[in-house]
Amino acid sequence: MTATREPALRLQGIVKTFPGVRALDGVDFEVMPGEVHALLGENGAGKSTLMKVLAGMYQPDEGQIIIAGQPVRMTTPIEAKAQGVVLIHQELSLVPEMSAAENIYLGELPRKAFGRVDWKILEERSNAILKRLKCNFRAEVTVAHLSIANQQMVEIARALTVDARVVVFDEPTASLTDAEKVVLFDIINDLKSQGVGIVYISHRMDEIFTLSDRITVLRDGAYRGTLTTADTNEDEVTRLMIGRSLDLSRNEAASKFGDTMLEVRNLTCTGLFEDVSFTVRAGEIVGFYGLVGAGRTEIAETLFGLRTPTAGEIRVDGQKVEITSPRDAIAMGVSLVPENRKEQGLVLQMNCRDNMTLPQVQDLTAGPFVAKGAELAIFDQYREKLAIKTPSWRQPTAVLSGGNQQKIVIGKWLSMKPRVLVVDEPTRGIDVGSKSEIHQLLRELAAQGYAVIVISSEMPEVLRVSDRIVAMYHGRVMREFDISEVTEDSLVQAISGIKSAEPA
Amino acid sequence: MLLTRLKAGGPAIAKQGILVAFIVFMIAFSLMSDRFLSADNIMSVFRQSAIIGVMAIGVTIVVIGGNLDLSVGSMLSFATVLVVDLHDKIGPELAIPVMIMATLCLGAINGFLIGILRLNSLIVTLGMLSAIQGLVLIYSGGQNVDIADQSGTWFAVFGRGAVFGIATPIIIFLGLALIFHVIMTTMPFGRRVHAVGGNPTASVFSGIPRSRIVFMTYLISALCVAIAAIILGSRVMGSQNNVGQGYELQVLAAVILGGTSLLGGSGSILRTVLGVLMLAFIQNGLILMGQPYYTQWLVTWAVIIVAVWLDVAAKRGRLFSPIA
Repeated sequence: MTATREPALRLQGIVKTFPGVRALDGVDFEVMPGEVHALLGENGAGKSTLMKVLAGMYQPDEGQIIIAGQPVRMTTPIEAKAQGVVLIHQELSLVPEMSAAENIYLGELPRKAFGRVDWKILEERSNAILKRLKCNFRAEVTVAHLSIANQQMVEIARALTVDARVVVFDEPTASLTDAEKVVLFDIINDLKSQGVGIVYISHRMDEIFTLSDRITVLRDGAYRGTLTTADTNEDEVTRLMIGRSLDLSRNEAASKFGDTMLEVRNLTCTGLFEDVSFTVRAGEIVGFYGLVGAGRTEIAETLFGLRTPTAGEIRVDGQKVEITSPRDAIAMGVSLVPENRKEQGLVLQMNCRDNMTLPQVQDLTAGPFVAKGAELAIFDQYREKLAIKTPSWRQPTAVLSGGNQQKIVIGKWLSMKPRVLVVDEPTRGIDVGSKSEIHQLLRELAAQGYAVIVISSEMPEVLRVSDRIVAMYHGRVMREFDISEVTEDSLVQAISGIKSAEPA
Repeated sequence: MLLTRLKAGGPAIAKQGILVAFIVFMIAFSLMSDRFLSADNIMSVFRQSAIIGVMAIGVTIVVIGGNLDLSVGSMLSFATVLVVDLHDKIGPELAIPVMIMATLCLGAINGFLIGILRLNSLIVTLGMLSAIQGLVLIYSGGQNVDIADQSGTWFAVFGRGAVFGIATPIIIFLGLALIFHVIMTTMPFGRRVHAVGGNPTASVFSGIPRSRIVFMTYLISALCVAIAAIILGSRVMGSQNNVGQGYELQVLAAVILGGTSLLGGSGSILRTVLGVLMLAFIQNGLILMGQPYYTQWLVTWAVIIVAVWLDVAAKRGRLFSPIA
């Protein structure tokens, strides 16, 4: 990359404000042709806003967009596309009932006389693009029948119908398997070699270091710097991103566990999990690790009374209990922070305080009325304890960042003073800074004597927070590890159903 | 220009769109008719809006809970026919509680099918709309009913009476609105209705008995219909078999005009009261201007469309939909 070449795209001093928020504060960003430029920042740092400016969905209040040396104004995504700037969305925006070909040329289908669609040309062209992307499916197939990864290929194919100068990938690997990722990276490298400028947005450091040539970091809507990937490391990038360095080490708390708080014996829910037994002691975190579909979430839901077990028993604090509804679970001191906070954890349009006190609102009363003072006291207590960032309790939880939303859900259940806290995927979709805060928090909760179950699909997460790890495969407990004896290899073997991982 | 203004300071004003529209209408009508703002006329509009208003309170609660109730119109026919018919047979002091119990049973059927069996509320209550109408006709044998001694019964107090010079229907309507507003905004039940309507799954995950809450909203809706029937029966002292026909749409219109989201989880009873009054004043104004009464159907429709549009515009900060 020589300095004399024109950037494919350059943003200069972009400012964008919304009522009450300065979402972008003088951001500079450029992509050279044939460069992969990673854009990094925590949730809320302004990445999405910047991309929407790029794609013509938002108009910047100040600043310039320069494409191939020419300042341009783009007021719609169509104009942006005409300028050769294409955005590949994090969430797929395909019409599932239509064929891949129709989706690729949606809105600009080739026509014959009387406005009829020219299917032959459409399918020829679409198949040519899919071939260029090395896809193993035909353009005639209905999108709904494709895997998520292949749907993403259709999305990329759509970008290539125009002469793309710049392609923006927004978290493209979020729903891809490792094998599919390799294919995607090939395509990105291919585009790169064709001189297309790539903007790559992701939370995953490993991907960014594999793919990118340069990294630009945003924080709180402001430009924090651009680094050359080859000359930097994860530490430096993280520091730039969260404004401090991140402690990724395990907290070696003195392993003083109390009595067994939860004991599960031979628990079975036919078709979901079989013969599951484990215990959790006070002050201990037991990690449940396994592939998606291994039955971990279903166990959590059974403990919380959302499913009825077909066999087995549950003991809380030594007492055998029948849990047939969430109310029973709550009464027994079992709380569940569910895996999908937006669908299961929060009433999004409801404010922070009301969400937090929801499970106990009928008990927080003064006469027939909700005791607002008591509610606010609970909210303030957990806002402080969990460092929840919100301007006021009146904010609807919908506007909070993922990390803060998760803290509201955790606060909601801590305020119920549970004996057993089950946390399903505690940091899914949460940026790296909040992630480490939540890990810290889970360790602190254990240190305070809570019995904690953490379900996670991320190995670094289970390794970091757990005292013991239960590895599951196809609804069965394959093996239980003490944190001191576990290795990544043995863990991977156990969750893949390989019996040889069994100790002698 | 309007567009940019709506973007800048507009949201706050547009948020109160219904209030602004209400004031605009009041000013417009008062300029066109000098009788419009007379105390007599205002009182009479309030009195006429009471029946729709009382029903709209119950429907608002159902809608906040994430469901619909289209059965209130024929439920009103049922309740009115029943209370009027029983008045002469067993006396008003028994007719009223019997009718209330019977109407609550209908509400319980709605509540059972929608709350406990989780059937779609649109389909269930649409079915109930015609089922109850059939029930009324079976009960009355197609005959209209009335009360023989219209001047001698204390039953007249609900529809024709007045307290401190204010007509009883107005007092019942506004009193009920206030009570349910307090329940919905300050009591645990109201909070839980909002939660269930806003996100039923998250409510279950928070230990809220979702089925019971939805069931309760339909009981409340039926109770409101029963109260509306007392006012109506008492005012008319008789009832046609299909007296409530079409009320369900007027009620729903008032609820939507009041800004209650049909998606559930948000809404306000006091704003529904505004919606009810606005519809009533529009209808009244048009009549005063000498328009035939059915023009109100067109105008009501237009008002609702504009109200919904302004509401959406305020939420997205612009009048027209952005491309993506």
